[in-house]
Order: sequence, then structure tokens, then C-alpha cells
Amino acid sequence: MRRYFARKLFIYVVTFFLAVTIDWLIPRFMPGNPVQNMLSRAAVRAEAAEVMYGYYTRAFGLDVPVWQQYLNFWNALFHGDLGTSIYLFPTPVTKVLMDAVPYDIFLLLPAILLSWFAGNKFGAFAARTKRLDNTVLPLGYILTATPYMWLGILLAWAFGIVLDVFPIAGAYSYTMAPHLSWTFIGSVLKHWFLPFASLFMIFFGGWAIGMRNMIIYELEADYSHYLEALGAPRKLVRKYAFRNAILPQLTGLALQLGVIVAGALVTEVVFSYPGIGYLILAAIQNQDYFLIQGCFLFIIIGVLLANFAIDIAYVLVDPRTRKGMTGETA
Amino acid sequence: MWARSRLIVCTLVAAVLVLGLTSGLVFGQVYERSETLYVSGTAWGPASDWNPFIAWSKSNTTGTIGLLYETLFMYDPLSDEFIPFLAESGQWTNANTYELKLREGMTWSDGQLITAADVKFTFELGQQYAALWFSPMLLGDKKYLDSVNQIGDYYVLFNFTDPLYQEWDNNLYNIPIVPKHLWEGKTEADITAGANANPVGSGAYMYDTHSSDRNVWVRNENWWGNDVFGAPAPKRIVDIRFSSNNVALGAVIKGDVDLSNNFLPGIATLADKGYVKTYFPAAPYMLAANTAVLFLNTTKAPMDDPAFRRALAYAIKTDDIVNVAYANLVAAASPTGLLPSLSKYDDAAVIASLGWTYDPAEAAAILAAAGYVDVDVDGLVEAPDGSAIALEVTCPFGWTDWMEAISVISDSCKAAGINIEDVTPDYGSWNTALTTATFDMTLNNWAAMSNTPWTLYNLLFRHPIQPIMGSGNFGAYDNQTLFDLVDQLAAVPTTDLAGMQAVCSQIQTIMLTEVPMIPLWYNGLWAQFSDSVWTNWPTDGANTPSRLPTTWSGYWQLGGLLTLTELELVAPPAP
Repeated sequence: MRRYFARKLFIYVVTFFLAVTIDWLIPRFMPGNPVQNMLSRAAVRAEAAEVMYGYYTRAFGLDVPVWQQYLNFWNALFHGDLGTSIYLFPTPVTKVLMDAVPYDIFLLLPAILLSWFAGNKFGAFAARTKRLDNTVLPLGYILTATPYMWLGILLAWAFGIVLDVFPIAGAYSYTMAPHLSWTFIGSVLKHWFLPFASLFMIFFGGWAIGMRNMIIYELEADYSHYLEALGAPRKLVRKYAFRNAILPQLTGLALQLGVIVAGALVTEVVFSYPGIGYLILAAIQNQDYFLIQGCFLFIIIGVLLANFAIDIAYVLVDPRTRKGMTGETA
Repeated sequence: MWARSRLIVCTLVAAVLVLGLTSGLVFGQVYERSETLYVSGTAWGPASDWNPFIAWSKSNTTGTIGLLYETLFMYDPLSDEFIPFLAESGQWTNANTYELKLREGMTWSDGQLITAADVKFTFELGQQYAALWFSPMLLGDKKYLDSVNQIGDYYVLFNFTDPLYQEWDNNLYNIPIVPKHLWEGKTEADITAGANANPVGSGAYMYDTHSSDRNVWVRNENWWGNDVFGAPAPKRIVDIRFSSNNVALGAVIKGDVDLSNNFLPGIATLADKGYVKTYFPAAPYMLAANTAVLFLNTTKAPMDDPAFRRALAYAIKTDDIVNVAYANLVAAASPTGLLPSLSKYDDAAVIASLGWTYDPAEAAAILAAAGYVDVDVDGLVEAPDGSAIALEVTCPFGWTDWMEAISVISDSCKAAGINIEDVTPDYGSWNTALTTATFDMTLNNWAAMSNTPWTLYNLLFRHPIQPIMGSGNFGAYDNQTLFDLVDQLAAVPTTDLAGMQAVCSQIQTIMLTEVPMIPLWYNGLWAQFSDSVWTNWPTDGANTPSRLPTTWSGYWQLGGLLTLTELELVAPPAP
């Protein structure tokens, strides 16, 4: 088992190193000069602009040769310093991320987890009878194929403007500053509900379809037929089928959790909800090397951690993997 | 016994929680609707700094100059008057000396008195640090302000050599005065690039709080202007950053936002139906804020040919931009590029003889006379040397109104025989092309409301020509006569109207003959407001204030702040 994990760890470290190098390289391939873009957002006098250009190029470490920038980057990374954002100068990148990512986690984590549980349960449920299957499956397809921004805008319009039940913008009411009270918590939940619901509905469809397909596949497997032939109750057969079907769903869940840090850009735009997705887009448009690097670094770490979590989860959940690791066959 | 003590503990915890949560309605944490003004339309990113000397990020913290830090004067473009603000008065005692008297009894928000020492200190920052935007006035080979002397606590003498009167007047309402007692200990990095959190200023509002999608300002009850202009009506201003214009539209219609300075297409229809109010009750609905100019890259063929450029001016159907792309929210620009507020500097005779209107036949005639013939009979002309013409007009992707406008330009030019495609690169590459003169033709609208025509011509004919043209003359148009005229204009005293008009007339003659760039339309000072809580908004009508209804950065000192002092509540709160 130790060798198994050691080998995995080595692969992860190499992947991390390569991914971070690519992450560092890609923004620098974008045409254009970020410092020039930053300065030209205000029509500064040419003489002052020259001085500022030199100052900021030095301040961002962009005046040294490329290989030295690369080494500086790793050096800073090991000190936990992700640099200063160009687009949001002079805010440090870590502060930008700390301010924005919690909103996305608050939105996406419940949406992903709840839709996973509900979707899988529902998909398994639908695989029982043909009639259920005929109604649930098209619903699942519709939900998963719906363009997200269309559904989001529709929800915002229907519930926010026509029925005026939920607010359509912000993370909490613009009439309050954050403080501990039921009013504030209520406001946060009210503003959270529509974006959450729109994400939940879209994810739900996908999980339901996946689970339904897996269950049907498992119910056709040899062991299912054997159990039925032995006279096992249907409930038992379905329970075993569910356990086998859940494995690929676990993989999907872990991968989706891994990219939470990328935020939900379209949600943030449609519902004007703060988060990191919009900032990543703005960083790309403004060629903010450091914010792009920082955000994608977190995404890389998230995905690698998710992969690692899957590996461990499989070992825990699936006895066949446990046996396989120690050399025994099934 | 265990169960009972656990029960007691749980009850106590629950009681504390309930008490704590319900008593959380601390004063000031939930804003009274009748005390708060909700605005939007300026910020597009989260607040990053409150440093008045970092010029490019002030949109995200609009009010830093205007609400928090103040300038010596205000300028009202609608009445063309300077309003003494921090200064009580100012005049030229001779050609090279400007004497300023500061108001007495003003204090910073931390209680310290505002004195001439603060003014002297602020200007001398420009002398020390070349990175400040007004430092070319005090430092370098183009400087003309030699020294700033403090006389007593309230008089400041500015000593010039060959002052640029036009720029000085412009600086008087743009340079924010900062407190010496807090800024003199700061390092260069702090002053030129620091975030300046928890700022202390002299203005009508102070920093209250902010989060990633809003900035909250709270009224300064000790503001010196309370006696002079009256206290501003809203106790708090919440400046909201919406992620997209249609969310802002929804909020305005619901009444959640009082003043929206977003560009919202279709406002004409909503204003007509009474959902929102605008400055003008009918087209163009909005005041003109700046001129959208089509810059032509004069270093590239065929844009280096004045005849081609002139034909282009006749080929663009500006009416379609005004009526279709903007749905009547803007007006066509004067060919000189000057805003309506500066129309007294337009030479009507020059415009009458050299100006253009949409006339594709005239465009074709000019092209034919200059040797541009349609050799392969595809409806599009070729250059005199026979080479094909394939040009691109650009604007950043996502700026939807400009994307529509360049589509109109492309269509009308193609109909007149000139092959122009509309292309929308993303902001970064568009901006790089703009500043390095690698575009063909593109739009720019930095020529904003100003006290002087010099700012427009300094933008259009920025000189000297350099590899990177970051602040004007993006098409690198090189004409020394014109440059000399612009410099000459800069040095004309602002009281000499005839002198300014004479120089402007000469500039306009060359500009309309050579057509190095084409002013197309006046971009609006987008403003739609709701009468649900606050009223007495500025409009064109007789009984309403004549101010700028805007929160845009750089416009507070054009009278935007005075809009707030004139606001009234629709229904005063119950006693």
C-alpha cells in the first residue's frame, strides 16, 4: 500500500510542476502589454506615463529576463506570495482570492453536493420501472441540455421581477452591512437561493441520467442475474447495483469539486453575484499575469487534490481496489 | 443529572444565540431607505485603492476625488462657470503669478484645519515625483510652474514662467488636495502606488465600508460646504457594481437603484413610458459627455491620403449610428469634435465651407478625383496604384454600443465603395493596437467635458509623435503647423475669448481640410433616475436644478456633487 501511494504522490508532484509551468507560461503568450494597458486606462500625460511605465514594469518584476521571472515565480510561490494583481493594483493576489472565493464555495459546494445526492437517488429511482424512466429521463435530458444562462435569466425574470419573491443581484442586500442578525442571514439566504437553484437544476439532470444509465447497466450484469436466480429480494439486488453504480459518480463528483475554485462565471454575471469567475475573466481580458497565475494555481491544486481524494475514496469504498493493491486478485 | 445540566447549557446557548442574533440590528448596519442613495454604473471591478493619484482605477472607487478629496475649484460645463470650492477666490495678479485665497475654517475629516500648507504640499508632490499625472507642469523640460509660495495660512502664490493658461485652469478643478500632516511621512511607493486605505479627506462624504460589489460612503456632518452649498441630502451613498447592464436595468425599474449611470439600451422607450426619468424628456435624452472620434491611422495607406480620409467622412452614415445603434440616445457630433458646451469655439464659417454630411455621391466623386477607381467592378474601389483596399474598423469586444456603431460604419462605407470590415478584438489586443498605431481605424472617446477646447485638441493632436502614443493622436498624425497652433492655444489666457476663437478657427480649418480623424457622435452622459425615494433631480426643465446627474469619476468636480445637495426626499420620514 505504501508503494501504491508513493508512486501516486510522485506522479502528482510531477503533474503539479508541469501544470504550474504551463500556467505560468500561457498568460505571457497573450499579445499585448499589461502595464501599458493598465496605464492607458487613464489618459495620462506622455511624460508621466513613461516614468510610471518604467516604475511598474520594475515593480512587477517584468523587466528581468524570462527565465529569471520563472525562477522568481517559484521562489515567491514557496514563500506563499502569489504577487500583486495588475488589474486590481495594489491588491495582493492572495487577498483578491480570499475575498472572492468564499462566495463561490458558498454557492457551488451545496449545489454540487445536494444535486449529486438528489440526482443519484432520483436516477436510481427512475431505473425501476419503465413508466418512471420514460418521464424522468427526458426531464433529465432537458435540464442538462438547457443553456445555463438562459435558465438563469429565466429564473431571475420569473422570480425576481415578475413575482418579486427573490432579489436578482448581490450576495446580500445593498441596504445592509454584514453583521450578526437574523435579518442579515435571511438576506444572504434570499440572495443565495436563485443562483443556487439554477446551478442545482442543471447539475441534477446530469447526475440523474448518469445514475440511471449505470443502474440499468448493473442490473444487467452477471451477478444481478445470479442473485435473482437465487431468489434474492429485488431490494437487495438494487442495493448492490447502486453500490457499483456509485463509483463513476464518485469520480465525477470529485472532479467537479476540484474546479470549484474556478467559480461560476455565468452565474456571477446573470445574478450579479460576487465571486472569482468574473475576476478571472477580467484578469484574462486585462492580461493580469499574476491574478491569472494565482487563480489557475488554485484550480490545479484543487484538481490534483480531488484526484488524490478519488484514489483514497476508491480504496476505502471499493474492496476490489483494496485487494488489488496488495496483490490479491478478485 | 447529566441530562439536566446539558439541557440547561443548551437552553443558555440558545438564548444567547437568539438574543445575539435578534439584537444585531445595530444602528447603521441596516440602512434607512430614506437616508440612502443607491447609485450604479461607474464601477466595473472591485475597489482596489483610494489613492487620488492613481488615475486609472478611480472608476472602481468613484468619489475618491469629489466626495472624499476635493479640488480648489469646480467647473460647471452647463453654465461655463468656475465655482470656487476649496478656494475662495483666485486670480492672475500679473501674467506670471496666480494668487489663490483659500476658504477659512475648513477642516479635514480628522479635525485638523485645512491651510495653504496643504495646497503647497500637494503641488510640490508633483515636483518631487514624476509619476504623478500633473508633474509635467512642475518637473521636466516642459515645466512652467516654478514655485508655490505659502503666505500666511490662507494665501498661496503660484509663480510661473510662460504659463499654459488653458491647462492651469483645467488643473484647478482636477488636482485633489491631500492633507500634509498625513501624507508628508509617506514613501514614494505609498504616494504614487499605495492603496491609501482608511483615507482622510476634506469632502462631503467619508469612507464607510466596501465589499467586492459595493462602496459605501457616509456623510461628513462637519463638511465645510454645509454652510456654503447646503448639506447633501443622502446620509449614505451606496455605489453598486452590477455585473452586467441588464441587471442594472432590472434594479432601476424595481426602484432599488436611484441613479444609474450605466449605458442601458432601450432607455428611450422606458423614458417615454415613464419608467425612468432622464435629463431631457425627449431625444437625445442624455447630455453629451464626450465625443466619439474615429481615429484613422495616418501612417498606413490609404489613410495617409487626405482625399481618402475626406471621402471617408462623407461615406459614414452617422444618422444610423444615432437612430439605430443608439436608439436616439445620442446626437451627431460637430465635425470639429467640440462638445455642445464648447460650441462657442466652433467657427461656423469654417464648418459651413469645409464641413461634411452623409453624402455617398460626394464620397464617390472625391475618390474618383483622387484616383480611386473600381477596377474589378465589385462595388469597392481600389487604390490609385491598383492594390486592393481591405481595412478594418475596430472596437473592444463586449462594448455593445460601439460594436453596433462600427457595424454601421462598415456597412455604410461598403455601400459607398470603401471596403471596411468591422472587427472586435478583446480589450487587451485592441488597446495595444491603439497605442502602438497598428490599427486601421478605431474609436476613442477620451475627449470629455472640459472648460477649454485645448483638452480636445491636445488629445487629437498630441505631440511629439512617439513609438507609443498612450494619451492621444493614436493615428500618429504629424503636422507641425497644427502642433504649433495647439501649443499656441494652450498659452492663450482663458479670459481672451477672441484670441482662443482665432486659434481654434485656424486649427479647425486644417483639421477639416486634412481630416486626420472623424468626430462622429457625442457619447451620452448616461443617466437614468427613479423618482421613488429622491426627487428634484437635474433635468432640462425650468424648475429643476441644472447640474450633471452623474457619479462618473472625474465628473464630481464638474458639479456632480452639487446634484446631491439639491436632492430632496419625496416623502419626508415620519417624525
